[in-house]
Amino acid sequence: MILDGKAPTGQVDTSWDRYREDMKLVNPSNKRKYKIIVVGSGLAGGAGAASLGELGYNVDCFCYQDSPRRAHSIGAQGGINAAKNYPSDGDSIYRLFYDTVKGGDFRSREADVWRLAQVSNNIIDQCVAQGVPFARDYAGYLDNRSFGGAQVSRTFYARGQTGQQLLLGAYSALSRQIKNKAVTMHPRTEMLDLVVVDGVAKGITVRNLMTGEIESHWGDAVILATGGYVNVFNLSTNAMGSSVTAIWKAVKKGAYMANPCYTQIHPTCIPVHGEHQSKLTLMSESLRNDGRIWVPKNAADCEKHPSEIPEDARDYYLERKYPSYGNLAPRDISSRSAKEACDADLGVGPGKRGVYLDFKDAIARVSEKTIAERYGNLFDMYEKITDENGYERPMRIYPAPHYNMGGLWVDYECSSNIPGLFVLGEANFSVHGANRLGASALMQGLADGYFVIPYTIAPYLASLKSPGEVREDHPEFKKAAEDVETRTEKLLSIKGKKSVSEIQKELGNVMWENVGMARSKESLENALQLIPEIRDEFWNNVNVTGDSKDLNQQLENAGRVADFLEFAEMLTEDALNREESCGGHFRTEHQTDEGEAMRDDENFSYVAAWEFKGTGVKPELHKEPLKFERIKLAVRSYK
Amino acid sequence: MNLFTSTVGRKILMAVTGLCLVGFVSVHLLGNLSVFAGADGINAYAKHLHDLGPLVWIFRLVMLGLFAVHITFGVLLYLENRAATPDSYAVQKSLVTTFSAKTMVFTGLIILAFLLYHLLHFTVQVTNPEISAQNLPLDAAMRPDVFTMVVMSFQKVFIALVYIIAMIALLLHLSHGISSWVQTIGLSTGPSQDKVTAIGKILAIVYGLAYIAIPLFILARILK
Amino acid sequence: MDLTLHVWRQKGPQDKGKLETYPAKNVSPDMSFLEMLDEINDGLIRQGKDPIAFDHDCREGICGMCSSVVNGRPHGKQEKTTVCQLHMRQYNDGDEIFIEPWRAKAFPVQKDLIVDRTSLDVIMQAGGYVSCHTGGVADANALLIPKPVADYAMDAAECIGCGACIAACPNSSAMLFTSAKVAQLAALPQGKAEARERVQAMSQAILDEGFGNCTNHYECEAACPKGISVKFIAKLNREYLKSMIPTSTIA
Repeated sequence: MILDGKAPTGQVDTSWDRYREDMKLVNPSNKRKYKIIVVGSGLAGGAGAASLGELGYNVDCFCYQDSPRRAHSIGAQGGINAAKNYPSDGDSIYRLFYDTVKGGDFRSREADVWRLAQVSNNIIDQCVAQGVPFARDYAGYLDNRSFGGAQVSRTFYARGQTGQQLLLGAYSALSRQIKNKAVTMHPRTEMLDLVVVDGVAKGITVRNLMTGEIESHWGDAVILATGGYVNVFNLSTNAMGSSVTAIWKAVKKGAYMANPCYTQIHPTCIPVHGEHQSKLTLMSESLRNDGRIWVPKNAADCEKHPSEIPEDARDYYLERKYPSYGNLAPRDISSRSAKEACDADLGVGPGKRGVYLDFKDAIARVSEKTIAERYGNLFDMYEKITDENGYERPMRIYPAPHYNMGGLWVDYECSSNIPGLFVLGEANFSVHGANRLGASALMQGLADGYFVIPYTIAPYLASLKSPGEVREDHPEFKKAAEDVETRTEKLLSIKGKKSVSEIQKELGNVMWENVGMARSKESLENALQLIPEIRDEFWNNVNVTGDSKDLNQQLENAGRVADFLEFAEMLTEDALNREESCGGHFRTEHQTDEGEAMRDDENFSYVAAWEFKGTGVKPELHKEPLKFERIKLAVRSYK
Repeated sequence: MNLFTSTVGRKILMAVTGLCLVGFVSVHLLGNLSVFAGADGINAYAKHLHDLGPLVWIFRLVMLGLFAVHITFGVLLYLENRAATPDSYAVQKSLVTTFSAKTMVFTGLIILAFLLYHLLHFTVQVTNPEISAQNLPLDAAMRPDVFTMVVMSFQKVFIALVYIIAMIALLLHLSHGISSWVQTIGLSTGPSQDKVTAIGKILAIVYGLAYIAIPLFILARILK
Repeated sequence: MDLTLHVWRQKGPQDKGKLETYPAKNVSPDMSFLEMLDEINDGLIRQGKDPIAFDHDCREGICGMCSSVVNGRPHGKQEKTTVCQLHMRQYNDGDEIFIEPWRAKAFPVQKDLIVDRTSLDVIMQAGGYVSCHTGGVADANALLIPKPVADYAMDAAECIGCGACIAACPNSSAMLFTSAKVAQLAALPQGKAEARERVQAMSQAILDEGFGNCTNHYECEAACPKGISVKFIAKLNREYLKSMIPTSTIA
């Protein structure tokens, strides 16, 4: 099937304005008759729930953490992009739009990206109004820094905790609506099924994580803003609870998964140090503003103390290969270059999977104090984890799974192919194409939540015959709740030999080795062989302790791993199907002589949207062709 | 206004009444130190106070009010705070708080008990009538002989010890109270907190030692 | 290294809990504290026992989910560090480690080391926001905020809402937590308009939620993994005093 993204036709620059002029509205006094379910309370979900509640809708918001303030958006450090052009360095909406499409390797929908760039400015205004303490200069003006993949300084930041501050801003707006009783918050509640009635999303089934009760909640619309799925890999930078579960349940109810193979591997993470490790810690990419990345030229030097390696024996490989962007080359390119260096046995540190990030020159240029002011918290964090002082000795970094550009397929209105099911933020596939630029995730989450969904949900609600038609007493709700209970009991009844985390690690390793930074037909087919084996092992030999009517973290995690075990196959199928290299998807068969990604616009300039056909059954591919009218397709070069 | 019900309001009440009481403690100390000037010093001071007439009673009522507020809310807050912490840790560890901060309510109650005794002893003069100023002969200048009363009292080990112990409690109470006042009233702005705490402690020691000096010097027969 | 753990085990909110002893063998100094607990749990699962329930999520020290008192100190012995960022190299072979949940009336224990911190959300809902609408706000540079003010607000805003301040406070007072938000918003021009109502409502919520009163022990600051200063409590007190001035004298 050919999918239609429903982007407004005509001039892309005015598409969002025209959309808003033409869209159907819901009368203010009618809004209170509608109930909207928002799953997830991060930047997209929190901002969306708050904004919809403020508009007058009844909102029920769900999160698995104990408070909406803890969503993993909080982990984002570096900043948020906006086309404000405060430094007058040539930025504009067009340029942010262009950089985002190019950064995404020309695999995103133009109109969506334009809208994102356009509302980016509103986001900064909104956050400042909420009291987000962005960095400022002594005169009181907002400060900007530069980020990977851009030649202008358009990134606003709040020390190294921008995600935290933006999330707390959204959380404050949400708190206000909770107090006003416009939003009902359901913390420690995990969505375990989507309820679809006659092809339309009408509610969700959840598990109360404190009591184990299975509950049903109806809604005139369901919004999923449940973040990313890169915990499908072993050791990512995601939170321990981040999972594919919510969107996977939607996929199993008929929603299409778009471009799942576009996963981002972040270049500046602290390398793995041991077997027992539970996650990897990311350090903001902003470090690359001042840090220089290098490895020894000779493998023999790798064991030496970095200070003993003379300048001419170091290979500043990003500066060498990409002179115009240097250490600020986009994430996919930086990550792959690090992998290449380590594959060539030039890696440093334990396990030799690491490259140096050196601040010596920056400290000499602007003083250690200035560097500490800019990145002090990151240096502290590095020292806590590695026991090494980053000011005195170059940091060691290595790429780690970090973000997924892929996600549920949505049209221009953030609506999935299931009417009534909307998807926001990282959980959808929309704007980042095959690679996301730094400081753009925060931008997208807040754009979707504050400035897109409050508009685009209205036409759908206005089209409903009447609000609240289907409620919890509908048989579909009962059935969904029974399905969840059955599955829960099944998980608890296996009582095998392996722990949930052991199997999660096995799957994660298979994914990282075969479907990680570099993928080949062979490795992908290997993964497709191994995943079902691990899945079988899981369903026959996992040991989930405790019982269902209780706070049971093992059971929670078992459910998430079970979903990863199904989803992993779809991700791999997508990677196998996409016979090209683009952005975060690098197929070793498709590279230039210099090892750069080689796109195939002729055959793959489309969004791959996968329809679930059953566990272990090959999913069906639907395509949404991508049209580029405002920009010309070009080879993505950062040289 | 919820000055009497809110958590910050009551904290401010404690601080303001506490500050007034520190003022009282200062004035009282200066007066008492006149004992070191011998009978002429303290007897003149006592007569002077006595001659103020109704003013003394106004002063006493104000003090009563201050004490009543300070003690009532002090105990009330203590009980509330206890209720907020029903379970204790198996391993209790304090990082920066002090013995004096943790014992405020107890030192406060010791001071209250002492205050009652002190009033009965020197003001109402019922605890040791045989050496009370009202039963002693007037001094050379025909004033009640407070000096002799004080000296004879503190030559008794029990009375001197009661006073010394009470003044140690006062020292502890002030060593948290004075610096705490600065924080509560919102005057501290961060790093200066350390200095404020130090100054508070020094002042408390000065007050404490100065008060203790009187019974101690008399007990040691240095002051006769 | 080998350690002996004494961990608070409690089945549910209504049950009585007690400390249980577990040996921790071959602990690597590079492990984080929670990774050490993961290993203990793997062992318990292998023995068919119920693993220790503890809150955690980001494991980067920013989400504020993790919450254990280790040897009497919230988040353990390393200064300005959440327990997820605490590494075992801080301990020595043979150490005895007591692991307990946050203890306060306002934080009822749910299971083992997990407590309910909804009370903190309620304090925020009382006024921890600027009542601006989505959209229709002024340009971000319309109100200038000099760097020292922005920095001051950011220092306060770093609070991760973990509750260590309350766990450490001899009175279980939520004053540092509350003051961080009050001070952040009162310092910024955007938040000044509602400063009076905010400080009144949020400080009232402290008592309503069953937290104790602040008596200036400063344990909170010492235990805070983000180093939030008690100067913000002084700021809250100032704001409270200001809020006592009748509005009629202002407008």
